[in-house]
Amino acid sequence: MLKIKNLHVSVEGNEILRGLNLEINKGEVHAIMGPNGSGKSTLANVLAGKEDYEVTAGEIIYKGEDLLEMSIEDRSREGIFMAFQYPVEIPGVSMINFLKTALNANREYHEQKKMSAREILKLVREKAKLVEVDDEFLRRAVNEGFSGGEKKRNEILQMAVLGFQLAVLDETDSGLDIDALRIVSEGINQLRGEDNAFVVVTHYQRLLDHIVPDFVHVLYNGAIVKSGDKNLALELEKEGYAWIKEEAAAAS
Amino acid sequence: MKTKQHFISIFDEMANEDALKDIRKQAIDTFSQLEFPTRRHEEWKYTNINPIIQKSYTVEENCSVSQETIDGYILGETPGNILVFVNGIFNEELSHIENSEEIIVSNVKGALQKHGEKVTQFVENTTDKEQIFSVLNTALLQDGVFIQVPKNKVVEKPIFVVNVSDSEQQFIHNAKNIIDVGENSQVNIVETYRHGKDSAYFNNITTDVFVAANAHVQHVRLQMESKKAYQITTLNIRQQKDSTYTSVSVDLGGAIVRNNINVDLQDSNIESNLYGLYLGKDEQLIDNHTFIDHAKPHCNSNELYKGILDDKARGVFNGKVLVRQDAQKTNAFQSNQNILLSDNAGVDTKPQLEIFADDVKCSHGATVGELDEGAMFYLRARGIGEKEAHSLLRQAFVGEVLEFVKQDSLREKLEEIVMSHF
Ligand SMILES: Nc1ncnc2c1ncn2[C@@H]1O[C@H](COP(=O)(O)OP(=O)(O)OP(=O)(O)O)[C@@H](O)[C@H]1O
Ligand SMILES: [Mg+2]
Repeated sequence: MLKIKNLHVSVEGNEILRGLNLEINKGEVHAIMGPNGSGKSTLANVLAGKEDYEVTAGEIIYKGEDLLEMSIEDRSREGIFMAFQYPVEIPGVSMINFLKTALNANREYHEQKKMSAREILKLVREKAKLVEVDDEFLRRAVNEGFSGGEKKRNEILQMAVLGFQLAVLDETDSGLDIDALRIVSEGINQLRGEDNAFVVVTHYQRLLDHIVPDFVHVLYNGAIVKSGDKNLALELEKEGYAWIKEEAAAAS
Repeated sequence: MKTKQHFISIFDEMANEDALKDIRKQAIDTFSQLEFPTRRHEEWKYTNINPIIQKSYTVEENCSVSQETIDGYILGETPGNILVFVNGIFNEELSHIENSEEIIVSNVKGALQKHGEKVTQFVENTTDKEQIFSVLNTALLQDGVFIQVPKNKVVEKPIFVVNVSDSEQQFIHNAKNIIDVGENSQVNIVETYRHGKDSAYFNNITTDVFVAANAHVQHVRLQMESKKAYQITTLNIRQQKDSTYTSVSVDLGGAIVRNNINVDLQDSNIESNLYGLYLGKDEQLIDNHTFIDHAKPHCNSNELYKGILDDKARGVFNGKVLVRQDAQKTNAFQSNQNILLSDNAGVDTKPQLEIFADDVKCSHGATVGELDEGAMFYLRARGIGEKEAHSLLRQAFVGEVLEFVKQDSLREKLEEIVMSHF
């Protein structure tokens, strides 16, 4: 589904990603871990198409096509869903209006009939149960005044409503208390399927207790320096990153 | 001096026979003693009125406008009363006045005939002898609206005032509007200014609103004058205790537009809300000057003015708030937010808080920026195309002002007009 080869990315002249390789197939869950500032969000933002990130070398092939040639909106319409680490607040745009506009923009792209306001409300209400939010939530402005937990639940709600093939969750678990974590991870689990794939960026094992990954990668200094199965995450939880850093230093 | 002479000669040519004869004469005398403000005046620092006062104007004759056109200018559902003025002249056929025993809904001339002395008194009292545009207005007064709601009346349907300017001529028009709302009463006034031909006329308008104790007034204004026209409005609001006044003012048209809004909170427990929206393009200049005078305790004033400026358009917001010594427990909030869509557009925003009471909550804030890029990215990352995302953000921006219009159909219609103006 996604092939990243030798990806180099710079932000404001600083090279952040330095030859990253990653391959993701349908049905897989990949966890990406790594110390702060190692480039995890940079990878996520490049996948979503954020403009400030300059790809200086390498390629990203998504469903057989050059992802870097696709517009931000087309990436989403083609099934990439990015759950942001820091979702932005959009005052004055209600959740329901936002979801309606996004949903119909996606449908239009796929030459499907637009959904009526009523059909959309029905769909959204149903998905809202998944992350335990109510109608009041839908009337509020997008992320405005939302608590940390509400923002994260909102990302999952959007993922459920809009659908996806490849979901990139950037620290969707950070800052959540145990109840919110349960809600979010159960929501994610219900959306898992044979035809979709997940990239889960996290610092914590506790999310991976709920969403068991097929692969765990360690991103350090702009490249994946180690990959393994779920046991790697447990090891990192116990040992921290020091040994990874040493190994990386020894290798270079 | 020469420029003033031109306006005096307009006065000399106008018939001055009616009940207002003496008041007008006095007004023109006062006018001749006052000077037009220049940019050296603090209050006119950002707005050069020379293009307005150096033109020569005619006093316009009537012009025919179809019923259909007027219907198109009515916002929202069928209103109750409709007063139509074409080039400042009251058009009885196009107007629709619901007869009522107690409520007076009339043009000023009609009211003068029916109610004589009372109306004359109002005209006199609402002429500000220190303000040149106010005395000019009275001196050259053509017509306007006169609305009087007695005590304990809830006027259910909005009263629409439709002003249409359509002429080949460069004309001047002076309208005086008087709105007097009695105790415990409630009224909703919707003023619109529309135009036909794109001529450089000058509308000098004064509106005085008297809000008695526990009365509630919503006042909506939609200004869509010609792109060459000038509009100077002076809106004076006098509020008594426990009353509410809410103004939602939308400026889309005009070459130079200056709105002076003065709110006089004369007693306690008053709420005043001034909300404004302005969209400027080309070389438009839209200047909102507000002055809120808190005299007594426990009053709230809220101001939110938002503008989107493109091309070489300029916006001015000057918000003065005076909290007098007696006005303890005052809450006065003011915010001016601007989005600039072009490097050549600009805005001058100036808060002026003068606070003489110690137990008050006052705040002001001003922002000038571009459309939020972070929000744009977020929307596009959800599959919303660039154009639609832009429009959604603009709609959100203007929506924060328009949401204060209580009636759904009126608000939706306004939103539609504003959005199609982009
Ligand atoms: N827009 C930007 N402008 C400038 N520098 C940036 C920008 N985005 C990221 N960086 C820098 O790139 C590096 C990697 O940042 P990134 O956000 O990808 O790290 P991360 O692995 O997601 O960290 P965290 O675990 O703290 O979320 C950091 O040094 C950061 O300061
Ligand atoms: Mg990050």
